[in-house]
Amino acid sequence: MTVGGSTPRDLARADAVITVSDVSKRFRLYHERNQSLKAAFMRGRRASYEEFWALRDVSLEVPEGATFGLIGENGSGKTTLLKCIGKILRPDKGSISSRGKISALLELGAGFHPELSGRENVYLNGSILGLSKRALDRRFDEIVDFAGLEQFIDTPVKSYSSGMYVRLGFSVAINVDPDILLIDEILAVGDADFQRKCFEKFDDLKARGKTIVLVSHTLGSVRNLCDQVALLEHGELRRVGPSAAVIDEYLGDVFADREEDADQGMRWGSGEARIERIEVLGAAGAPVKRVHTGDTVVFRMHYAASVPIERPVFGMALHTIEGVHVTGPNTRDADLVPDRIVGTGHVDLRVERLLVVPGTYDVSATLYNYTMAHPYDHRHRALRFDIEHGEPRDRLGVVSLGGEWDLDGVCTGPDSATDARAGR
Amino acid sequence: MTRLADYVAVRELTVNLTLRELRGKYKRSLLGWTWSLLNPLSAALIFSLVFSFFLKIEPPVGDPSGLHNFAAFLLCGLLAWNFLSSAINEGMEALVGNGNLIKKVFFPREVLVVATIAALLVSFLIELAVLVGVLVVLGNMAIPWVPVLLLLVVIQTVFVLGIALVLSVLNVYFRDLRHLMSIVLQALFYSAPIVYPLRFVPEHATLLGVELPLKFLYRLNPLVRLIGAYRDVLYNLRFPDVVDLAYVGAWAVGSIVVGLWVFGRLEGRLAEEV
Repeated sequence: MTVGGSTPRDLARADAVITVSDVSKRFRLYHERNQSLKAAFMRGRRASYEEFWALRDVSLEVPEGATFGLIGENGSGKTTLLKCIGKILRPDKGSISSRGKISALLELGAGFHPELSGRENVYLNGSILGLSKRALDRRFDEIVDFAGLEQFIDTPVKSYSSGMYVRLGFSVAINVDPDILLIDEILAVGDADFQRKCFEKFDDLKARGKTIVLVSHTLGSVRNLCDQVALLEHGELRRVGPSAAVIDEYLGDVFADREEDADQGMRWGSGEARIERIEVLGAAGAPVKRVHTGDTVVFRMHYAASVPIERPVFGMALHTIEGVHVTGPNTRDADLVPDRIVGTGHVDLRVERLLVVPGTYDVSATLYNYTMAHPYDHRHRALRFDIEHGEPRDRLGVVSLGGEWDLDGVCTGPDSATDARAGR
Repeated sequence: MTRLADYVAVRELTVNLTLRELRGKYKRSLLGWTWSLLNPLSAALIFSLVFSFFLKIEPPVGDPSGLHNFAAFLLCGLLAWNFLSSAINEGMEALVGNGNLIKKVFFPREVLVVATIAALLVSFLIELAVLVGVLVVLGNMAIPWVPVLLLLVVIQTVFVLGIALVLSVLNVYFRDLRHLMSIVLQALFYSAPIVYPLRFVPEHATLLGVELPLKFLYRLNPLVRLIGAYRDVLYNLRFPDVVDLAYVGAWAVGSIVVGLWVFGRLEGRLAEEV
């Protein structure tokens, strides 16, 4: 299968910079944790193992200058494919050819020596990633500046905080200036400010025509960054194409899967009344496949009470996938406590404008007594769903306040103030 | 050929990894670099005490140098042995110890082994320089023999590099290799004339009623001739036997050829197995 869809920059015409042809990769799952000479000697042969195909007959082409995303569930083989492209793993069948210098960012600060200073580690890590001493001399200040570690650069890295460590690692890696950059789930490093700098750096690389291949679970960033996306499933290539189309298809499937798989997360409570099901519905009350920032959304929890429950309190919570508690409304705070519930029914939480930035979120649903001391059923992070780009278009932080920008006060020159509004 | 080009391209990486080994090793230790000298010196002291004082082993008289000193005799062989044994011990761990790097970054994996050996080589050269200085103080003018000494160092380095390449990659697949190697090293130590003079080895020996040409078999061990050559150059101040040199050189070439071949065969799945 080749990449065919056209993109805003019409990359289909560009030459393929990475060609993956019929690649299969097999892993061995050993039955014992550590192999030893002793065990081999006693058994008369090497350890027994089962084979497992992490990739099967994958073929694709990455055009020069593209930003190419690999997506799929855990275990779909996307990281394996990335490692094969980066020559870290050798495919068992098929071949991969690539043009230009490849740099793989699979782990930041790989090869840092804790006893050595930041400065020494920059040179060491840089040369592991393929930078010459001369190139490092030239970029050293930029690297340190980007990481924001001027003060600590002569301190051993073992006394760095994990944030500093990762920032320095990223800074070296991004300054390798490869023709092809491979990235595995490292977009989520550092604080918001550092993330912004990273995204700027990616834009800069893109603008200079470098090819980027990235693996990510954060579909929002994939959609933003990538021109093309390949969807992998159980080691096989499901689809390649323009990112929006492939991600939509993928989310459609995942959403369907997730509705059925409501048993994830943790659950506790005495069980006299139970939350049977949680649904995310659209404005019309019908199940939706996709949710966007700014959409009207109804969270519906279906309950079943085996005995009458006096004055129950329904609650709901939204968490980011990293665990940040975004919000936690309940019916007691809203002063809406029914005298009792019997049998089955449902409770809706209608959100007129879902002002949460794009990303993956978990929903918790709770049913407590009036004092909120006794849980009947607490389903913690029971449903996972994705919020996609919508209106407002904010993407940093967790929530959008729905604010509106006003550029009337911008002055672009002596002539007119209207340019500011029209020009940008 | 591409492999050779790789080596040129990653020369800087090799240098940097070597520096990492060297800097990392003695950082935050009280005496720092002095440790690398203190170790052979303390060993020399202990062995001199036991073998020269308790067991009353007479060191041979240097021919033609005339030197007669057990500690000097011992160190001339012991330093080379230390290089060999630490190259085996640390070279064996070069891949497993850097497993995280292998799993995350692509670069020619041999570099890790080469850098480990190179770092040990630097220590070895410093130790040899100190030894030559001590010998000069003792009246053994070893300085003119330094070029021959360096030739021996080159041969030995190639030899241990080949062994380390094989062991490093085998250690990934068999994690208990180090236990086996500690036994092997112990046996090797006494299989060569390091703490005792070569004249202690009889020409013939009878084992289970079979007469064996013991000295001939003993000298099949390349280590015997290598240690002998070091001692010729440093202790006796004499050019080593050319046949011995050729024999050891052939072992070195064989070792590196086998080492690269085995490494090339087994490195394919390193990132999965390490």
